[in-house]
This record gives sequence, structure tokens and C-alpha cells, in this order.
Amino acid sequence: MLREGEYRIPSGCAISGFINKDGRRVNGSAIIQSIALMQERSNGLGGGFAAYGIYPEYQDYYALHLLFEDKLSRNQVEELIKDNFYIEAEDRIPTRHVRSIGKAPLLWRYFVTPRLSKIEESQETEADFMTRLVMRINDSVNGAYVVSSGKNMGAFKGVGYPEDIGEFFRLDEYQAYSWIAHGRFPTNTPGWWGGAHPFTLLDWSVVHNGEISSYGANRRFLEMYGYKMTLQTDTEVVAYAIDLLVRRHNLPLELAARVLAAPFWQEIDRLPAAERDLYTRLRVVYGSLLMNGPFSIIVGFSGGIMALNDRIKLRPLVAGSHAATLYVASEEAAIREICPDVERVWYPQGGEPVIGRLEEEAQCRLSA
Amino acid sequence: MPTLSLMPPEFSVARDDNKCIKCLACVRQCGFDAQKYDAEDDRLYTIDANCVNCQRCVSICPAGALTIYKNPPPMRPNAHWTEGHLRNIVKQAETGGVLLTGMGNDQPFPTYFDRLLLNASQVTNPSIDPLREPMELRTYLGSRTEPVSREERKDKTKTPLVPIETPIMFSAMSYGSISHEAFESLARAAKAFGTLFNTGEGGLPADLYQYADHAVVQVASGRFGVHAGYLNAGRVIEIKIGQGAKPGIGGHLPGEKITAPVAATRMIPEGTDALSSAPHHDIYSIEDLKQLIFTLKEATRYQKPVSVKISAVHNVAAIASGIARAGADIIAIDGFRGGTGAAPTMIRDHVGIPIELAIAAVDQRLREEGIRNQVSLVAAGGFRSSADVVKAIALGADAVYIATAALIALGCHLCQKCYTGKCSWGIATQDPYRSRRLNPEIGAERLYNLLRGWSHEIKEMLGGMGINSIESLRGNRLHLQGVGLNEVELKLLGVKHAGEAM
Repeated sequence: MLREGEYRIPSGCAISGFINKDGRRVNGSAIIQSIALMQERSNGLGGGFAAYGIYPEYQDYYALHLLFEDKLSRNQVEELIKDNFYIEAEDRIPTRHVRSIGKAPLLWRYFVTPRLSKIEESQETEADFMTRLVMRINDSVNGAYVVSSGKNMGAFKGVGYPEDIGEFFRLDEYQAYSWIAHGRFPTNTPGWWGGAHPFTLLDWSVVHNGEISSYGANRRFLEMYGYKMTLQTDTEVVAYAIDLLVRRHNLPLELAARVLAAPFWQEIDRLPAAERDLYTRLRVVYGSLLMNGPFSIIVGFSGGIMALNDRIKLRPLVAGSHAATLYVASEEAAIREICPDVERVWYPQGGEPVIGRLEEEAQCRLSA
Repeated sequence: MPTLSLMPPEFSVARDDNKCIKCLACVRQCGFDAQKYDAEDDRLYTIDANCVNCQRCVSICPAGALTIYKNPPPMRPNAHWTEGHLRNIVKQAETGGVLLTGMGNDQPFPTYFDRLLLNASQVTNPSIDPLREPMELRTYLGSRTEPVSREERKDKTKTPLVPIETPIMFSAMSYGSISHEAFESLARAAKAFGTLFNTGEGGLPADLYQYADHAVVQVASGRFGVHAGYLNAGRVIEIKIGQGAKPGIGGHLPGEKITAPVAATRMIPEGTDALSSAPHHDIYSIEDLKQLIFTLKEATRYQKPVSVKISAVHNVAAIASGIARAGADIIAIDGFRGGTGAAPTMIRDHVGIPIELAIAAVDQRLREEGIRNQVSLVAAGGFRSSADVVKAIALGADAVYIATAALIALGCHLCQKCYTGKCSWGIATQDPYRSRRLNPEIGAERLYNLLRGWSHEIKEMLGGMGINSIESLRGNRLHLQGVGLNEVELKLLGVKHAGEAM
């Protein structure tokens, strides 16, 4: 059977995530419980998680999570890694046997720093260097796939219901200040682990419910900037679009959200002159990155999360808060499941981003 | 010069005498003198040889007494020596001239629009109902600066972008080649709908400056009607290098069409032929084009985006890349189905390439070079319906130009005799007796209705694809699939074959 990358797979899905803005780190049990509640929204063909703050002892190193289908691809990738990085540590990603999970690929992680000489040679920034390497592995090494590549964060994903994937990856043994999760309902699947969510690039991780009808336009725009869409999955373009807008073009996240789910012209026309000019330029310049069709996404990044709906709210998205914790999920029940006494629940409007960031004090403490 | 033609008339006009009320409307209305009245005998008759099948008499006859028939081929049918070839040879044997024709290429080349099918959403992604949800067709034309920041733009040499409320504009048709009434109809409709019309190479009549904010003012090799006021009045300036109907060929408006008002607008003597050569005599290289682009920008203080119009030819992608790098804000590409008032028949029918392939190749090339955002692409040349428009945008165009379709909306019946200046419908003529048959107010309304209808249909098709904004369609070739196309064609168009997995 063809796998993702060879053709496109639309999917439905469930998403859930939360951030402790006070920097309090908790294990993965709660997020598993939350996403498990929405099992109806998955079909057992994909589940995944991203967690932030999980590797404090290696926080200055890029944590490369990799999956390999065989030893050959692992050898090829390790050669690439050795050529380009100093490896501080490496090990097999710990897993436990779960009956409902089929044969898993080889799962490895490497804590690395890029070799300065290589970055200089490439005449790129460190982040661009990393990005290119990730794309190169995904694109050119058959059977190898970079699951995540950020610092002090990691993504864990595979084929199965999310609660089983969480169990498989022993997420109850990791501590994170922010967790995002995904249960997948692909309508046709090769059953490939790389195709599960989240999709990541550097510190960005994205889980997504929906199907982006502007995919072709988005993809061809991103290709102009050197991004390689190896998986033909809608979520992949969201991750790269945010990377382009926020990291490379320095847009604040709030404005990047206004590119992905742009205000309608009739709303823009009613804004005061300065704002109207800004939003017009955003739409005109980045019109090709407008994500059309239904989506609700959660974007994880170092120090925060963002949840966003398509501009006419064709997919569900709920937000809730309790003390310093911000919750977002496809369903209110998924929030109440892990926070029965949630203080405030609201339904963000289409195109209105919900952003939660670590408080300043927590940020300092965590990065110290 | 032989007086006897060996060629029988192409059409015959039949009159049903039982129905005819002898009102003589047909005689007055026929621009080509095919309908005659013999007062002495009180008899109506036709000179079939003069009939061009423009259908004016048929449409106007209050009794419904007229029918025009196509005559059988003058010789035994032959698949190789077609009737068209025979007529052309005979005509040239009798006149020794270049064969002329009007309107677009009518030869049976493949129309790729007809081999492309559109996508629609089903259950995994809902379609969007344009009657309930906003559906956005607004399109901005021009060069996009990036990245965007909250600070004001500092680069004062960036020309502003121009919004149009539907991705359809009226293509270049000059005053002189079409009547003032037709020209005014286009201008009024463009203004009313919030889109642009194009002056063509004949300047802008003084009384129509009130519509200049909706005009693309063209600068062609003849420089007819070009002055600082004209450039500054328009919304966009277009340098015309080529047109789809006659790539590599200049323009020629015969002296009979240069009436006093046309002469005044074009700034040439009345009754002289208006010749615009194929090359601009200050452009013999891409560097020269760059100089003209920036001369025009300087002359308008960088307030007008500059478009460069070329015809779709073999190396169009590389040419377009050069034009983008020469500073153009918009590139208009005219395919080989593009219409015209007059063109050598052989050129019209055999030079150039289809717009579908051209737009796909140009869009792809500009993306490969990472400069697609530097220019807007406008596709032109034979757009017949809103579906053609949607397909062109999915192939990579920002917007399209329509001209033949607009003239049909005004009454044109594609008789292909525009170059005679005798247009019975009052469109391609400067004869006031004929041109006043076209009421600009009614003409504008018909054009407005056409834009409205097509725009509604585009919204429906977008909604069906689960898209509510036209920019999500631009270059989105996943929404197209080919039928009956070979591998090379699919590759050039960048689409998969119908039924192939996405």
C-alpha cells in the first residue's frame, strides 16, 4: 500500500492540550486521559503527543526523535548526524509493550549540537541549518523520519489509539509544563508511524483536526521558501507556515494566526486606517498561506501553546482555564475530564487565536 | 483585377414572404449591404455574397421572416483541402493580398480548459454554501513586498497594489477599433462592478476620464494617446509588447476608422492609418524594457503599477521571468485564442500557444525562481465561461482578462469581420449610424450582468471545493484533474489524471 508522501490523506480527528503557565511540570497521564475521552473522534490509525520541558538536563541540545524502518536507514541517518553534529547522548526511546500496538519501527533519540564549521560552511543560521537537515533526512533517506527536532521538547507518535500510544511511549514517566495530543481519523491510511500527528519542525509542533482545501496553494507557496512537503499532509503545511511567518519573517504569533485564518475583507474594510493597512498587507502578501477549509489546530512551541480555528469555525474548539492552566480541546468534556472544576470555559470565534504563554518568572526559572 | 469571383457566397439569406411585412428594417440594419429594396418593383432581395452571417437582420426582423443558411462547400468535401483552405486560396488568387480576419483563432486545436475537471468537497471536508457564508473574490494586483511588519513601508519605489472585486477584467480593446459606445459600456461596467477595463492602444477619450480610476491605460509601440495626463489618470499602466491573436505582429487601424474624435484621442491626423509596429522602437532588449517600466513609474511618481502584456509564445516562461526581474508588477499573458479587430489569418491561426499551457509554465517557473510574489499574473485569450476562469486561477493566474466574451455580451455574433469597420451591431465601427445602435447604458448593464453571473458561479465552484477565498485557489492545481491528456500535457499543466489518487 502506498504511504503518506505518495498521496494525500484527509482526516478527521480529536485534539487536546494544556499549558501550566506557572511552569509547573506534570506527567503525561492527564493528557492521555483527556484525549482518550474523545476516542469516538479517532479510528485507531494514529495518535501522538508533544511535550515541552521534558529534557531539562539536555535543554541546550536539539533532541532529535527519529523513527527508522530498518537498520540500513538508521545507519544512513547516523552517518549524516555524525557528519553534522556533536552527539551529547543517544538512546533508544523507552517504550513498553502494548498489546493493541502493532510492530513499531526503530525509535531513537539523539541530543546534538550542530558543528560550527558545518553551519559556517552552509552560510545559514543555525535554525535554517537544522531545518534543512531535517528536510533532507525526511526527503532523501528511505525509511527514516524525523519525529521532532526541537530543544527541551519531544514528539511521540504512532499508529494506534492515542491512549495506547501514550502508554507505549511511557508518557507517565515524562514531566512537561505543556502537553498537546492528537487522536487521528484518517479515511485511508498506509498505517505508517510517520504520518501520525503532531508534525514538528524545530520547536514547533502542530496537531490538527480538519482538511485544508487550500493545501495545493499553501504547499506551492512554501516550496518557494525551500520547505519540502514530504508527507503531503495538511498539518505539515501548518507547521512550516508558522515557521516561515514567525521564525523567518518575524511576525508576532498573533499576526501569524491572522494570516492562517485571515479576517474577511468586509471586516478589514471596517478597521481604523492603520490596522486596515496592516491587515490588507498581511492578506495580500501572504494570501497563499490562508488556510481554507475546516481546521482546528493546537500549536506547541517553547514557552507556550496556541489554539486556532478556521475563520468560519467548521471544526470544534473549546478553551478553558483554571488557575494558571489553560486548556484547549475539541470538546468541553475533554477539558472537564481532567479539570472538573474548570473556572471558565469559552468557545473561541473562528480565526480568533487562543494563546497561552509561560509567565515571565516561570520562563526564567525553566531556562536557568 | 478579375471582376468575377469563382467563389460562391458562403451564406444564403432566405426570406419567408408570407411572414415579411416589408418594414425594411433589415435593409437599414445590414452593415454589409446584403439586404436590398427595389422601390420600383416594391421587392426585397439579398446579395448573398455580402452576407457575413452577423445575424443582425435575423435578430431585428419583427416578423421573424429571415433565416441565414451556410452554403455547402464550393467543391467536393475533402478532409485535407478544407473549405477554409479553398476559399482562402481563391480569395488570394483574386486579390493578391494578405488574408485578414477578425476575432480569435477559430481552428480546432485542443482547448485544455475542456480537458480539465474541477474538484468538489464531500464528507471529510464540507463544502461551503456561498448563500450563507462570505465568499471572497477580491484580488489585489501588483508586486507584493515581504515580510510584513507593523512599521510603515519605507520603500517609496514600491507601487501600490490595486484591488479588483472579481478576478475578471476587460481586456484591451482600443477606441478606434471599437466604437465609443462599446468603449464607454466597458468603462461604465468596470466602474460599477469594481474591476478594471483596458484602454488598448488608442488612448482614452476625453469624456471618459471620469472612469480612468478603473482603467488600465495601455502604452503600445505607436504611443497613441499617451501623455502625462493619461498615464497619471489610469489605475494601472500596461506596456503592450504582444497580443495573443497576432504575436510578433504590430497593429494597423485603417484611415477610414480614424474619425475626428478617434484622431483627437490618438493624437494623430484624421484619416491617416494608425500603424503601431511590432517592436517598440526604444525596446530591443529586456534592459530596454526595464528602462521603459521605470520611466513610466518615474513619470507617475511610483503610484501606478506597471503591467507588461505579452503573447503566449514558445519561451514564454523565461520571457516572463525576465519581465518580472525587469520590475514589472503585473504580467499579462495572452494566449493564442485571443481576439482582435484585425489580424493576418495565418498568424492568428498558427502562431503562439494555448493560454492554459502558458500560464502553467509561467507560474511554475516563477515559483521555481522564488519570485512568484513579485508579480501578479493575468491570463487572457479566449475565456468563455466562469469555469475557464476558475481553471486558469487554479493553474496559477491571479486574474483573467476577457474581451471576446464581453463583446458577445454587447451583441457581437462573431462574424469575424471587425476589420471592415462595418459592424452591424455598432461595436467594431466608427460609423455613427451603426454605433448608436449600442446604448452604453444598456451595454454596461449587460456587461455588469455577465460579471455578476460569472462571479456567482465562481463562488459556487469555490464553495464546492470547500474554499471561501479566491487566493486559496490561486495555483492550487490539486483542484484540477485532467481527462484524456497525455503524460507530457499533464506534467506541463502540473495536474494528475482524473481518478488518480491525490
